[in-house]
Amino acid sequence: MLGKIWAVFQKDLLIELRTKDSLNAMLFFGIVVLVVFNFALESTRDTIRQAVPGVLWVAFVFSGTLGLNRMFASEKENSCLQGLLMVPMDRGIIYLGKTLAAAVFMLIAEGVIFVFSLVFFNLTVWAEIPYLILVFFIGTLGFTAVGTLLSAIAVNTRMREVLLPLILFPVVLPILVNAVEATGIILNTADYRALKLPLTIMTTFTIVFATLAYLLFDFVLED
Amino acid sequence: MDQSRHKLFDSVLGGLLLIGMVVALYMAFLGAPREQTMGDLQRIFYFHVPSGMMGLAAFIVNCYASLMYLIKKDRKWDSLALSAAEVGVVFFTIVLVTGPIWAKPVWFVWWTWSPRLTSSLVLWMLYLAYMLVRNYVPDPERRAMMSAVFAIVAIVDAPIVFFSIRWWRDMHPSAMLETGGLSPAMWPAFLTCIAAFLILLIYLIRRRYFLESARLEAERLARLADLAR
Repeated sequence: MLGKIWAVFQKDLLIELRTKDSLNAMLFFGIVVLVVFNFALESTRDTIRQAVPGVLWVAFVFSGTLGLNRMFASEKENSCLQGLLMVPMDRGIIYLGKTLAAAVFMLIAEGVIFVFSLVFFNLTVWAEIPYLILVFFIGTLGFTAVGTLLSAIAVNTRMREVLLPLILFPVVLPILVNAVEATGIILNTADYRALKLPLTIMTTFTIVFATLAYLLFDFVLED
Repeated sequence: MDQSRHKLFDSVLGGLLLIGMVVALYMAFLGAPREQTMGDLQRIFYFHVPSGMMGLAAFIVNCYASLMYLIKKDRKWDSLALSAAEVGVVFFTIVLVTGPIWAKPVWFVWWTWSPRLTSSLVLWMLYLAYMLVRNYVPDPERRAMMSAVFAIVAIVDAPIVFFSIRWWRDMHPSAMLETGGLSPAMWPAFLTCIAAFLILLIYLIRRRYFLESARLEAERLARLADLAR
């Protein structure tokens, strides 16, 4: 099973590395969001550190949505999805492979966006980095766990790219709230014991929705 | 039940609803005592809380119907899921409109991001998203499947939303009901309103369900006519 997941993952990774379609868009969009927020928050320059967690996660999820949109849209072209569905394996495997790929793309984008945010908002972080990576990692997994399922739903509709954010953001709200909370704790209070609650909720969310999506994915892809 | 018995049942239900609503209005505005600090303003409670309860009930019906659709693949479950979701959104809209009307004079703000308010808003948005999914899938079979999956995601998400913001400070008067703090004199009006709203819920879901069934039937007949031509 792990081998099959890996195969789906590798396929997506290879396509992305050859075309760089979504990754370029994700990176650029994330940085654009940072710049826009920089102007939007101009007047509150002293308290920018307080606003950074929110700004960062908005940039992350906006660019992540862009990537998720392409996840299945690209499969629809040339009927690639039909080919993928013909492979004799559990449909849930496709879900897991795709989620993994989406999470890796998002994490790459997040890394770059984060470095840009350090420059734009004049932040210095060294000791905090391991904790930040942990929060980014869990948050991204949770976001893509739901996002991949909903992306597969949205690709069946008339308004693919428009619909995904509309149905995704209300669902991933727990991830967003807790990721912002956890990032804020790391950047502003350094009271790492307080991280336990948001991380627990994010992990629960991820496990619940990954399991649910794994079970439901078969229905979404049915032809 | 055949069609004529359904019709009879709906007429009886409609009659009960008319009586129930008049009694509920009387009880809420005249029968129940005036609240000590908030005055007549508190009377909005008799419509706000039952609406919320019925909204939640409708969403649970929606989840059950969606699950049944995934298992049985019978379109009637999809029609029920749609009806319940629409009626639930209407009830939650009432909750979200009456809430701020009460809150402005009592809390001095229309809105505050407290756990109850936030999760009610998110729940309402989740089911609007559900209706959007339905709206944008052209093929009926596929629409039923996609929306059933989304309905399950939505209902699983709802408690997580609630718990993930539960530790925020909450000013919403919840203890009143949970600890039995509602004055005994207010209970009759409250229960009457719950009963009236329950009849309204059942009546609306039933009417919407029959409307959707009729629409599906018309669609089927139109397809048949097309084939025959």
